[in-house]
Amino acid sequence: MSRPEHQAPPEIIYGGDEAKKYTGNSRIAAIQAEMASRAVELLNLPEGSPGYILDVGCGSGLSGEVLEEYGHIWVGFDIAPAMLEVALEQEASGDLFLQDAGQGMAFRPGTFDGCISISVLQWLCNADKASHHPKARLIRFFSTLYSSLKRGARAIFQFYPENDDQIQLIMGVAVRCGFEGGLVVDYPNSRKAKKFYLCLFAGQEVQGVKQQLPAALGEDEMGDPNEHGVQYTSKKRNDSRMRSNKRSSLKDKNWVLKKKEQLRSRGDKTANDSQYTARKRGPRF
Amino acid sequence: MRLITHNMLQCHVKGCNANNFPLDFQDVSLEQQEAELNEDFLRNMLGKIEYGALVATCLKLNITDLPSTMPADANTNEEFLQALHRVMLETHVISGKMVCPNCSHIYIIRDGIPNMLLAEHEV
Repeated sequence: MSRPEHQAPPEIIYGGDEAKKYTGNSRIAAIQAEMASRAVELLNLPEGSPGYILDVGCGSGLSGEVLEEYGHIWVGFDIAPAMLEVALEQEASGDLFLQDAGQGMAFRPGTFDGCISISVLQWLCNADKASHHPKARLIRFFSTLYSSLKRGARAIFQFYPENDDQIQLIMGVAVRCGFEGGLVVDYPNSRKAKKFYLCLFAGQEVQGVKQQLPAALGEDEMGDPNEHGVQYTSKKRNDSRMRSNKRSSLKDKNWVLKKKEQLRSRGDKTANDSQYTARKRGPRF
Repeated sequence: MRLITHNMLQCHVKGCNANNFPLDFQDVSLEQQEAELNEDFLRNMLGKIEYGALVATCLKLNITDLPSTMPADANTNEEFLQALHRVMLETHVISGKMVCPNCSHIYIIRDGIPNMLLAEHEV
């Protein structure tokens, strides 16, 4: 699979037409919405109390729509101006910022009740400019995020890690910045449905209760229940000739009559049809 | 950008750590967009907003709907919550500038989107 983050910086990849394509594509939108709603589920906010949520890399506001459905007020930032323009066109309900996650964020301490981010973290592992140091950028990002979250709030990052080193780097930095938590891998046995969610807690205890890492989906199953592939079955072919042991002759009476008719139509000489035509011969000595 | 979000913003230029809140508005144009009143959300936010800064910002923008101090019964005072909702969630800043009171960094707002990008030496 090609990785967009290898091709160019995000503000260029998601510029102009690509931004519109990305949002117009119903398949991408559906996947994004599904991941966003799983992320909101992992946030584990108390039901019925609308929160103030940060969406890192909000893009055109696809994940914001999901947050809105859950009744939350959201604030989002993205580095791609073209994506933000699309968000404006679609009248996204949240407040938008043009901001680079690697530069940290400018929110007062304890602002947000939670943070979600869909398909962003892997971009921070790249150095797109000479001045970019991925680790320094990650440190700045996670440390400013930690301070802008309420104590005990969660931050859920869905991301596509390229390899184990990236996971180690990201989690190492997050832990260094004070976060606790870990990685939740949904559908680990499925190639397509496998998704990585980094669940971070800004403070381990909420009202004296220790936060537990949520359970992943589909760990014991073969794969995504929604995957409909062709299943192998060992059922034998339903063929009448295969079923019976006694094979009937292909060249039976009907076949002979058909052949004779063909010859006659060509004007060839053939014996007349009679009761003896293609009759069975008796057993010989 | 809604005023509630402005109340959460501070300057994030490197080394600008004190007196960096609230950012001063300059040459702003405002717009009212109706939103559904969500009292639970407002109650949740009461502890988070810097009320003094909010009132000061509003006075600069010629909005005088809010009392100068938060009423003691803010949680249940419907009239106050209504006013707060109108100011914080329905008032949008469409264009203008935000200036840091400490380092004078200018954040430009265009189409309701503030540009928070920093130059390399400011990170």
